[in-house]
Amino acid sequence: MVSESLIEIEGLNFSYGQRPVLKGIDMTMERGKVIAIMGGSGSGKTTLLRLIGGAVRPTSGYVKVAGEVVHKLKRDELFRMRRKMSMLFQFGALFTDLSVFDNVAFQMREHTDLPESMIRDLVLMKLQAVGLRGAHELMPAQLSGGMARRVALARSIALDPLLIMYDEPFTGLDPISLTVIGNLIRRLTDALGMTSIVVTHDVQESLKIVDYVYFIADGVIAAHGTPDEVRRSVAPFVHQFVHGEEDGPVSFHYPARPYAQDLKLEGSFA
Amino acid sequence: MPRRIVAGIQSVGHRVIDSIWRLGYASRFFLLTLIKSGTSLRRFTLVIRELYFTGVQSLIIILVSGLFVGMVLGLQGFETLQRYGAESAVGTMVALSLLRELGPVVSALLFASRAGSAITAEIGLMKATEQLAAMEMMAVDPIARVVAPRFWAGVISMPLLAALFSAIGVYGGYLVAVVLIGVDEGSFWSQMQSAVDFRYDVVNGIIKTCVFGIAVTAIAVFEGYDAAPTAEGVSGATTRTVVTSSLAILGLDFILTSFMFRGMG
Amino acid sequence: MQRATMDLWVGLFVMAGIGALLVLALKVGNLGTYSANDSYQVTGNFENIGGLKVRAPVKSAGVVVGRVTDIQFSTKTYDALVIMNIDSRYKFPKDTFASILTSGLIGEQYIGLAAGGDEVTLKDGDTIMKTNSALVLEEMIGKFLFNKASEGSGSENSDKN
Repeated sequence: MVSESLIEIEGLNFSYGQRPVLKGIDMTMERGKVIAIMGGSGSGKTTLLRLIGGAVRPTSGYVKVAGEVVHKLKRDELFRMRRKMSMLFQFGALFTDLSVFDNVAFQMREHTDLPESMIRDLVLMKLQAVGLRGAHELMPAQLSGGMARRVALARSIALDPLLIMYDEPFTGLDPISLTVIGNLIRRLTDALGMTSIVVTHDVQESLKIVDYVYFIADGVIAAHGTPDEVRRSVAPFVHQFVHGEEDGPVSFHYPARPYAQDLKLEGSFA
Repeated sequence: MPRRIVAGIQSVGHRVIDSIWRLGYASRFFLLTLIKSGTSLRRFTLVIRELYFTGVQSLIIILVSGLFVGMVLGLQGFETLQRYGAESAVGTMVALSLLRELGPVVSALLFASRAGSAITAEIGLMKATEQLAAMEMMAVDPIARVVAPRFWAGVISMPLLAALFSAIGVYGGYLVAVVLIGVDEGSFWSQMQSAVDFRYDVVNGIIKTCVFGIAVTAIAVFEGYDAAPTAEGVSGATTRTVVTSSLAILGLDFILTSFMFRGMG
Repeated sequence: MQRATMDLWVGLFVMAGIGALLVLALKVGNLGTYSANDSYQVTGNFENIGGLKVRAPVKSAGVVVGRVTDIQFSTKTYDALVIMNIDSRYKFPKDTFASILTSGLIGEQYIGLAAGGDEVTLKDGDTIMKTNSALVLEEMIGKFLFNKASEGSGSENSDKN
């Protein structure tokens, strides 16, 4: 069986005002795969997710999801497309005034006419998949970071989407939660036949679970490949990133005047 | 030297243009809120929930303040009127002051600082914790689901709160003037009833209240939605809500009063 | 906070608010009085209305029987045309006197009706024929001074004679 690409990105450019963030990005993402997008902070990874979700429009180029160009969709078409996608935000973004149960049930109640009894079964099933069925009566404020993210994951799979985008899902978690989330991402993608895009800079965790990796630096794709290819890569940026080296293409020192000049060792500087 | 003056004028100009731009943006947001109010009507439970948080939870401060304002009016009114032998007019004075001015204005100011700032903080925090973005990604319009119900709850609460303020204020004036000081009860009420005209005083007061309610709540939801998604952003937004609302209330009060109470003839 | 409890509190709040509005309208204001009753309209011409204003009361024997609804200037007779609504419960004879009086010394002005003896009563749209204008303070002072002046010269004349 040939898996076609769910997402095609071609010649994508995006700028915040005058500042270019993404320059000429080309990507394809196949169905049923877990794809990681890595890069330093502020490299435009989150912007890429927002472009795929249609929250912002590209300056030029396009993003195609399931064959449709996202920024050309009209408002109700965009809303229909969004029901097939989900996004997991960095800290969960659970609705703080609703219980865990109501959070997961939110999309079902808003977008479907399912009876409450059926919604109850579905919600408990989703919570069971992430291991939090017993917590369904708690409020978000009572959850730990890892639990909140798992509930957010259950909420994202509520309507069995085609695509889930994870914005830094590993940030700030303890080692146990890291493994749990990583495994959940892999298991759910395979079980539900979804596609997952993981934006992260946690190299070790993500290389364990993903099928393909893209590196973004300075708004362009610096490198891409399978996890094995990435680990063996000798390209300077990839090497520095994967092995966590202090200095390399991403320099340690912020651009500054010569040190001697700052310390006023060489004559006048006026 | 001239360069600094030019720069100063430029920055003033920038700020004026920014304010005008922001005003336009706020008006567009206000129109969007009105247009997307369909959900609030169809799922009225959303509005009821917000009515609880804005209206019911403001009751204590409104009632206590109303009582004290009424009592002070009674005291001050009596003290001044008795110099002209007109103590029995104290009821009239308390009622007219409350119905025309103090009721609508003071209760609107209290509402702005208590309920208005709470609305701004809540919406601002939802924005800062990406809850609004999450809602958008789930194809649920945050303006229809979060902003509009709060707007209508505020608009409905305000006249009710102002009426309660004035009513309990009149009672406070009664307590002080009749019960404590000893003004004649009969003339207290009868003079009040003959001086207060329903259409002129009560209805005008209600109209003022409705206008204030719309203004305060619109400002509160806008500042919350527009807040920068940081701690300073949200705290700045709540401050702006209270300040802008208060100025708007006092300004609108002047405009409305000059239309409504143009002298008796 | 359970939904049911919340609904209860909101319901109570709304009821209390509407209750307050009713109290203000009925007990504090005067909604329950004249405007609810039927009234008929009569007019009167006055040379000078002084400080009479629209919505001033129309009283007879000190009891409020109606309200002034409109004051116009008549270009036919070059005086003031006052239109008033009188409560239908009170019928007045056709030769009733309408005067513009002042409550207290410097209070607001109102129309006082003194009933005449005619058997025919005023109907809706009728005109009160007998009217007394307002006493304008400046004219009174002018008259007083003029009287005083002529009194003085009169006694001088008689002195001379």
